[in-house]
Amino acid sequence: MSLSITDVKRIAHLARIEVNDAEAEATLHKLSGILGLIEQMQAVDTTGITPMSHSQDLTQRLREDVVTETNQRELFQSIAPAVENGLYLVPKVIE
Amino acid sequence: MINSSLKQLAAMLAGKEISSVEMTREFLKRIAQHNPDINAYITLDQEKTLAQAAVADQRIAQGNAEPLTGIPIAQKDIFCAKGWKTTCGSRMLANFIAPYDAGVIERFDAAGAVNLGKTNMDEFAMGSSNETSYFGGVKNPWDRTRVPGGSSGGSAAAVAARLCAAATGTDTGGSIRQPASLCGFSGLKPTYGLVSRYGMIAFASSLDQAGPMAKSCEDMALMLNVMAGFDERDSTSLNRAKEDYTRDLDNPLTGLKVGLPKEYFAEGLDASVGKVVQEAIAEYRKLGAEIVDISLPNTMLSIPVYYVLAPAEASSNLSRYDGVRYGHRAVEYTDLMDMYCKTRAEGFGAEVKRRILIGTYVLSAGYYDAYYLKAQQIRRLIANDFTEAFKQCDIIMGPTAPSAAFKSGEKADDPVSMYLQDIYTIAVNLAGLPGMSIPAGFADNLPVGLQVIGNYFDEARMLNIGHAYQQVTDWHTCMPEGI
Repeated sequence: MSLSITDVKRIAHLARIEVNDAEAEATLHKLSGILGLIEQMQAVDTTGITPMSHSQDLTQRLREDVVTETNQRELFQSIAPAVENGLYLVPKVIE
Repeated sequence: MINSSLKQLAAMLAGKEISSVEMTREFLKRIAQHNPDINAYITLDQEKTLAQAAVADQRIAQGNAEPLTGIPIAQKDIFCAKGWKTTCGSRMLANFIAPYDAGVIERFDAAGAVNLGKTNMDEFAMGSSNETSYFGGVKNPWDRTRVPGGSSGGSAAAVAARLCAAATGTDTGGSIRQPASLCGFSGLKPTYGLVSRYGMIAFASSLDQAGPMAKSCEDMALMLNVMAGFDERDSTSLNRAKEDYTRDLDNPLTGLKVGLPKEYFAEGLDASVGKVVQEAIAEYRKLGAEIVDISLPNTMLSIPVYYVLAPAEASSNLSRYDGVRYGHRAVEYTDLMDMYCKTRAEGFGAEVKRRILIGTYVLSAGYYDAYYLKAQQIRRLIANDFTEAFKQCDIIMGPTAPSAAFKSGEKADDPVSMYLQDIYTIAVNLAGLPGMSIPAGFADNLPVGLQVIGNYFDEARMLNIGHAYQQVTDWHTCMPEGI
């Protein structure tokens, strides 16, 4: 299927990436090429094939429900863009 | 010294011919001389590096040395190393100081190895030429107008130019093997799950695997001995008995059944590369191997499947970069949504954005079955091809990449043509198998790699197969001029 500029802008919004009109135009061209490549898959009959999500047939390991991590809040917050009183700061979301 | 094997370097350290500090200084000197042009390293920290070397010297003096103690190793900048800037080749993490060590880094530290610096790479490991790095491209030491391959391009150039004793890389679709081929050295992607992904910045989690990049298969065996092992902090790490990957190095190859997939020698393979690969296979015949023709019929589908699955996983993994807890945040924004969108627009480069958009699209409502599910089904067909092939042979051989190193800029603006670079390597990641590239000769004065694909957990045998070849050929000892 072919994409439109509106599609590119919708996908970019879902991905939380700002694109201006010129970027959307250039991106449309590149994405269409990649989707053309991907389209080759549609020629394959995959009826009844079990999807493979992973190369190892593993089940999720479980562990005891106990605290394993030590508190490193200060260290982790030392690399944050904006913190105050031990909290991460973001623009106001509740009026 | 710069051409010495890891074993020889360890012997020099043990014999007090040289200290780790002196050895490390020698490599740092070479880096200072060559890195401004080659751009193999993003971050160097002489103080930290030399402190580690000094500790290694004490350990050697105390008689507690392990095989890699005191040896300077370059680390791909995808591994978090505590206190080190860890950028993953991205503006998003350009100032990110890792607050903890990756499992791989811990293991090298425990072995007493010296972290020489963090190597350049395609942004978030997305690329086959190292040209998507925010920190600029890397030059191929064999021809500085050409790319080193990618995404582990910095590690590749560092090994090829002897700016480290050995290096680490990661391989999601060929990112260890293709640069090893293009830069003329040995690189191994182990079986998925063998090396911990903890603290290794995620691209496509079901495909990402770290491995060694070194001058020989013997060196890679010593590196893998350090790197492989269970890590409970990685949910897909495999809990297996410890192996010594050097154990089979000297086994004879008599009776080894080598499968040649006809699809790897079909249209698309550069004739001069094909010739080098055929010559290497002739050498294996002399070593006692039996050659059998096999087929991996779904090879061509591995690229479309990969370019659905890897971007899908990437779009999910990279959603963590929101400008809140770490990494880049836009300076100006109107509200939270605007902050996210501007932060990610500024922090990510064009190729990373493309892959996030593709991934978002194939996972979006209404398209999941047609793309993601379909790709997962074909992934199984591709894995089944290998299962069938290994009924007829012990090992698979073919080219690593369809051509030798290409010119910088040649494919930079054409993603589809760039993606085709990985035609022979991607299926190995989709199946989770181990794959290796070893130097096999030259095409128009540029290195060419032979790819060796093993069955699951067959690394020791693969290293044996590579080592046997490196005992009777000297391609792996060839060095670029002017370094």
